[in-house]
Amino acid sequence: MNIRERIKEDLGSKITYWQETNSRRIYFTIDKKDIFKTVEFMFRKLGLRFAIASGMEMATDFEILYHFSYDKTGEIYSMRVLIEDKKNPEIDSISSIFPGAEWIEREMWELLGINFKGHPNLKHLLLCEDWPEGEYPLRHKNEP
Amino acid sequence: MSHKVIVPIGPYHPLQDEPEFFQLYVEGEKVVDIDIFIGYNHRGIEKLSESKHYDQVAFLVERICGICSSSHPYAYVLAVEDILGGEKNLVPERALYIRTIIDELQRIHSHLLWLGLAGHFIGYNTVWMWAWKYREPVLDMFEMITGNRNNYAMFKVGGVRRDIKDEDIPVLKKALDDLVPALDMFKGACMDDPVIQARLKGIGILTRKQAIDWCVIGPTARASGVNIDVRRDEPYGACDHINWNVIVEKDGDVFAKTVVRILEMYECVSMIRQCLDKMPKGEIDADVKEIPPGEGIGRVEAPRGECFHYIKSDGTNRPVRHKVRAPSFMNVASNKVAAVGQTISDATITLAAVDPCYCCTERVAVIKRSDNKKIMNGWDLIKLSQEKTEQLKKDIRVLGYQDLEIRGLGD
Amino acid sequence: MNFKLKALTKSIWVFHVSAASCNNCDIEILDLLTPRHDVERFGIQLIGSVRHADALLVTGIVNKKNIPRIKRIYEQAPKPCVVIAVGQCALSQHMFRFGYNAPDPLDKVLPVDLYIPGCPPKPEAMIDGIVKLVTKLRKSK
Repeated sequence: MNIRERIKEDLGSKITYWQETNSRRIYFTIDKKDIFKTVEFMFRKLGLRFAIASGMEMATDFEILYHFSYDKTGEIYSMRVLIEDKKNPEIDSISSIFPGAEWIEREMWELLGINFKGHPNLKHLLLCEDWPEGEYPLRHKNEP
Repeated sequence: MSHKVIVPIGPYHPLQDEPEFFQLYVEGEKVVDIDIFIGYNHRGIEKLSESKHYDQVAFLVERICGICSSSHPYAYVLAVEDILGGEKNLVPERALYIRTIIDELQRIHSHLLWLGLAGHFIGYNTVWMWAWKYREPVLDMFEMITGNRNNYAMFKVGGVRRDIKDEDIPVLKKALDDLVPALDMFKGACMDDPVIQARLKGIGILTRKQAIDWCVIGPTARASGVNIDVRRDEPYGACDHINWNVIVEKDGDVFAKTVVRILEMYECVSMIRQCLDKMPKGEIDADVKEIPPGEGIGRVEAPRGECFHYIKSDGTNRPVRHKVRAPSFMNVASNKVAAVGQTISDATITLAAVDPCYCCTERVAVIKRSDNKKIMNGWDLIKLSQEKTEQLKKDIRVLGYQDLEIRGLGD
Repeated sequence: MNFKLKALTKSIWVFHVSAASCNNCDIEILDLLTPRHDVERFGIQLIGSVRHADALLVTGIVNKKNIPRIKRIYEQAPKPCVVIAVGQCALSQHMFRFGYNAPDPLDKVLPVDLYIPGCPPKPEAMIDGIVKLVTKLRKSK
C-alpha cells in the first residue's frame, strides 16, 4: 500500500478535502482538533520528514500548512488546518512530537499572532525583544 | 591539554543586555547549555515579496544569503513553475542544463568557502588561504557566464536569462581540469592528516535519531547516515540526465561532515563536465506571461541542505504569500544537542560544522554558569580552538602516531 | 586629532561589523585578505577587538535589533575612527527599504566617512575606495 492510500485509510473521515495538484504535490485539509494525532501518525508511523510550516491570514480565518516530505519518491504532503477564531487564534503545538518544529512555531506566533498551546519556549525568535505588543507584521492591516 | 587560566580579552559587559548569536553556558571547561538567538539578519523578505511582482521577487530572494545566491531564486522559480505545471513541462532543455551548471558551480564555491573557514577555526590558516585562492577561478567562471562574481541574476520563471557561449565552453572545461589537482591536495591535506583526524573525529556528534528528530538536511544529515538529497529524491534541472553519486557517511561528527563536503566537490566537477558535453542547442526561455491562481512548492539542494519555497498566487502579478525556508533554519537549531557536552575549545568548530552563515559564527559568547559572567567572545574561542590543535601537534610528535587513538581512514 | 588621523593611514586596522547583511559583502571583505588581493601587504589588518580599530567596515541594512548594538560598538571604538559603509544595503537599504524591520539607513545611525557601492562591491572597488579615503585624509589639514 503506498503512502497516499495509507494516509487516506488511517485518517479516514478526518480528511475534509483532498487535492492533488500534480503527481508530487498533495494538499489535504483536516480539522484543527485532530492536528496532534495526525502529525504523530505522519512523523512516527509513516516516517515522513517535516520540511516546514507556513501560516497565512485569510479573509475569514488563519490557515496553517504543515509540509511533510516523503523522500523516497519526492512527494510533499501538505496538511492544511484552518483556525476560525481570528480574535484569539490558537492551536496545539507539535514540538513535543519532534523538537524540529519549535522554531517555526515561535516564528508563526510572533509574525502572525497564533498561540501554540503547550509550546515550551514561546519567545521572540526573529523580532527584537521590545517589538510592540499586538503588532503582527505578516497580518494584513488596512491594506487595499 | 594543560590547564589554562582564561583571561578575558577585549571589551565585555558582565550582563550584556543584548544576546549574541550563540550563548554557550560553561561549567569548568564543558559546555552545559546553549542558547541560540537569531533575528539579526531578519529583513522581512516574506512581507516584501507580497509587494513586488514575480520578476522582481527573483532579485529579492537572491539576496537572502550571499553564499547560496543561486539556490533561493532557483527554488522560488521552481515554486512558480509548479503552479504552471512543472519545470520539465515548461522550461526548454538547454535552460535545464544551464541551471544545473550554475547550481553545481555554486556548490563548489560554497564548500571551498566552508573548508577555508573550518581550517581557520582549527588553526590551519594555510588551508584557509589555499581554499579561498582556489575559489577565485570558480568566481571567475561565474563572472564569465553571468557577469558577476556573486548575485548571478540567472533565474527567471520559464528559463534562464543568459546563455553560455560556445567559445566559453573550452575555457570552462580547462578551469575545471585545473581545479581537480587542488581538490586532490585538499583531500590529502584534510583527510589523511593525523592531526586533523585526531582534532575532528568524535567532535560534535549528531546521531541518526537526533538528525531525524531535529529534521536536519543537507551534508549535516548525510554525515549522520540520513540518506536524503533533493537532487535524487525530486530531480530538477538536468540532474536525472547525468550520472552522479550521493555521498553519505555514518559517524555524524565534524570529520564526517568534512568528508561529505570534500567528496561532494568531486561529484560537482563531474556533473558540470557532463552538462557541458550533453547540453543541446536551443531556446533558453519559455517566455511566460501570466501566472494562474494556485499553490506551488519548489525545492532545491543548496550547499547547506534543502531550500524550500512555497508560493500562493491568486492570478494577479504579485504573490499572495511567499514562504521562504533556508536550510540553516533547521540545521542551526540542532546545535542544541550537538554542541552540548563538548569542551569550549571544540565549540567553534562544532557550531561551524553545520555551515551557518559566517556572520552567525562570528557572534558567539561564552558565559560561566555559576555567576552568569561573560568570559569570552567569538575571537577568543577561535584562538582557543587553534591552540588545541597546536597542542595536539606537539603531543603527536612526542608520543608518536600509534599512541593516540586514531582510527584508520577506512572506506 | 588630525595628526592622529593621518598617522593611522599608514596602517589601518579594520573591524568588521555586520548589521543584517546577506553575507555577500562580508565574504568579499574576507576575500581581500586572500592571496589574490592580499591587502595585508598594505598594512590593512582585520582585527578581533573593536578597541584596536581604526576603521569600522559596516555592511547590511541595520535592522531594529542591530541599531543599539552598532551604536555601542561605535562608542567603544577609540576615536578617531572612520566608518566605511560597504555595499548597497549600507548605503540606502537597497530593496529592503520599505520593510517593517528596517527603520533607518546606516548614515542616520552613525557618521559615515566613505561609501562603497555595489552588490556586492568587488574587492578591487573596495581597495579603490580605501585608497581614496586615505588620500583624502592625508591631504586634509
